[in-house]
Amino acid sequence: MEITKCAAAGTMESSDAYVEIEPCENALVVELQSVVQAQFGDAIEATVRQVLSECGVKAAKVRVVDRGALECVIRARVETAAMRGKGEA
Amino acid sequence: MRRSMLFLPGNNPNMLINGNCLGSDAVIFDLEDAVSPAEKDAARILVRNTMRYMDFRGCELIVRINSIDTPYWQRDLDAILPQQPGLILLPKTGTAKDVQEADAYITELEQKLGFAPNTVGLMPLIETALGVENAFAIATAADRVQALFLGAEDLTADLHCKRTKEGREIEYARTRLVMAARAAGVEVYDTPFTDVNDDEGIYKDASYAKALGFSGKASISPRHVGAINQVFSPSQADIDYAYEVMDAIALAKEQGKGAIALRGKMIDAPIVARAEQTIAMAEALGLGRSEQ
Amino acid sequence: METKLVKSIREAVQLSGLKDGMTVSFHHHLRNGDFVLNMVMEEIAALGLKDIFVNASSLFDVHTPMLQHIENHVVTGISADYISGGLGRPISQGIMDKPVQFRTHGGRPSDISLGRTPIDVAFIAAPTADPMGNCSGKYGKSACGSLGYAFADAMYAKKVVVITDNLVQYPLQDFSISEDYVDYVVCVDAIGDPKGIVSGTTQITRDPVGLVMADLAAKVIEASGLLKDGFSFQTGAGGASLAAASFLKDIMLKKGIQGSFGLGGITGYLVDMLHAGCFRSLLDVQCFDLKAVESIRSDPRHQEISAMHYASPSSRSAAVDSLDVVILGATEIDTDFNVNVHTDSNGYIMGGSGGHSDTAAGAKLAMIIAPMFRARLPIVTDRVTCISTPGRDIDVLVTQGGIAVNPKNVELKQRLTAAGLPVVDMQALKEKAERITGKPNRLPKGDRAVAEVIYRDGTLLDTIYNVK
Repeated sequence: MEITKCAAAGTMESSDAYVEIEPCENALVVELQSVVQAQFGDAIEATVRQVLSECGVKAAKVRVVDRGALECVIRARVETAAMRGKGEA
Repeated sequence: MRRSMLFLPGNNPNMLINGNCLGSDAVIFDLEDAVSPAEKDAARILVRNTMRYMDFRGCELIVRINSIDTPYWQRDLDAILPQQPGLILLPKTGTAKDVQEADAYITELEQKLGFAPNTVGLMPLIETALGVENAFAIATAADRVQALFLGAEDLTADLHCKRTKEGREIEYARTRLVMAARAAGVEVYDTPFTDVNDDEGIYKDASYAKALGFSGKASISPRHVGAINQVFSPSQADIDYAYEVMDAIALAKEQGKGAIALRGKMIDAPIVARAEQTIAMAEALGLGRSEQ
Repeated sequence: METKLVKSIREAVQLSGLKDGMTVSFHHHLRNGDFVLNMVMEEIAALGLKDIFVNASSLFDVHTPMLQHIENHVVTGISADYISGGLGRPISQGIMDKPVQFRTHGGRPSDISLGRTPIDVAFIAAPTADPMGNCSGKYGKSACGSLGYAFADAMYAKKVVVITDNLVQYPLQDFSISEDYVDYVVCVDAIGDPKGIVSGTTQITRDPVGLVMADLAAKVIEASGLLKDGFSFQTGAGGASLAAASFLKDIMLKKGIQGSFGLGGITGYLVDMLHAGCFRSLLDVQCFDLKAVESIRSDPRHQEISAMHYASPSSRSAAVDSLDVVILGATEIDTDFNVNVHTDSNGYIMGGSGGHSDTAAGAKLAMIIAPMFRARLPIVTDRVTCISTPGRDIDVLVTQGGIAVNPKNVELKQRLTAAGLPVVDMQALKEKAERITGKPNRLPKGDRAVAEVIYRDGTLLDTIYNVK
């Protein structure tokens, strides 16, 4: 399934993450901004990519603004954004 | 044991991830009233993930799904059931048929998931006049039903009356629900007390609910959990008396007596049953007999 | 009668004989509403002075114009007990050639009185003063209550300049600092912005996790054996600490316990406890809100104390030595109970000891309240980025996930366990948090010292390095 429209999920509250997704041809671009970049930046990006892969998203532009969300929360927000971007929500 | 059940809004990560630290015996992840229609999908996934990845040992997980007259409830169950919640709280239950409809879908999912039948319990939320009048039928509509739950906010709206702190307007509903639940052999839980800052009020309200026969009480604020737990826990005097009853029974058996009195009162089967309940609860709470 | 009034801050600076390389000092009672430090430093810069050492009891975001003076080498040295992020961040990035010196609220007056940190000119912001220099913080449009941190400056500086925006007739009644210490008095339009000086009201937390911790904290105090008649108590102005004070008040009233004193930075919550009969008096080195200011002005049981009386280790005795319980915060705490309140999770300076290590050293029970994790970062680490207060002075950590007792305090652990409180091992607490958050990568340590943490006795406790 492809990302067919711009979508977003989550909030900018502490312990949450805000995820925006938009269509992109032939590339999966992940842009991360996190309050725990130094401590968890790599882990978060790996998580984002894994969830996108599980959702079958091969091409998209994804921007994550992380406010210190736990992994399960980031997973939820990325999945929700992907579902919305596919028009499945 | 569900002395206290704390509602947590289903789309609020900060509340969900700390749910097991707030002192309640159970938490209710809310996908219904606490979540706006535009965020139903987000909350459903967030609650599912929280249940899947977080450790909630020592705290029972209950999920309030959306009511069966909405387009959401089946998708809620699709996402939540694999995580094996202790109970599903079914809002706006008005008739036995509502219960059977939800039960049929949960049964289907349980089979798909390979769960034993009735792994996941159902707790109808009675919050309409119709629901109150049908309480016994609802409680006995499926084996899956483990408890009834009174929701006074929606109920008072349905009754065209004002919700008050004193709660005279829900007197009938409370007693009716306790009666129906006990007749059906299921538990029954009281509606939240809504004034977050009234520490004395919650204590009174919970004590009254306990006196009517409720098994526990829900809360919308972590601040109320301590008072609710205290009210619904056996007191030291209750525990000591329960042990005295069991001692007296043991002594009577030893001496071959059929009947025995304690503190001038005949000990009969209901007193023994109550003593056993008290001791079971005390043991679960790590409480013992006072030293004398 | 000739008065000490001079026309301007510039004239006072000139008359004081301030020269290149000298030390000036400031107190922080006007907190983030202070105008005085900036006004004085501007004049010092305009006069072309260089290489000035600034000894301030604390520096807030309002003081960021200092960055310009640092850049121009007007200011080349700083000592403070607390530096908020506005200045802390650039300091961590290495704008100073010489490391900043962090002291404590007790260590600062101690070092001043012992001559370790001599002050050439003290500039004392005073919400009310008379023309001879008698001054007070209790009155005037910029009232801040106590002037506790300014006493050592007044008593030991070579020259003392009082700066006020409420000049009254001689003699000022109910003065705090007396004229015999003061050389010059300047009257200006405003010494500060009342909105930044004191909060309207300080609020207890509504955060459920904060309330759970506060409830546990109150229960720890109840079970500690210290909560009896004569009990003394200090707490910070953080939401969870205030909630703990509020729960403690309920316990004290229920049990009919009358304590002796509440100490420290005073909030309306401690004033409420005084009124309710929980304490016989309040000893106030600093007021945090309007209710505290009103109380210190009108209630003789609410007394102003100097920072020396509050916490100086070289005083003959200090109030912290008589303290039973203090509730403190932490940005990090390690498995040896060392606490960091100087730097944030990324290593940037955004705080300081204040009275943290003084009260921890003095109190019979020093308690840290902190959540298991903040924004995915576990509070318990193997080793804190910076030791603000040594672990030997910390007795217990209260989190929503359990209570860790310092193994050296065997009796406390027994008491808390007997009371049925959720006592856990520190290592287990760390692991519990990391199971939830994941294990964070350690930050690389910089190679240049940007600050020294000087313990209350004057010895070097730790060094803070730059952030890369």
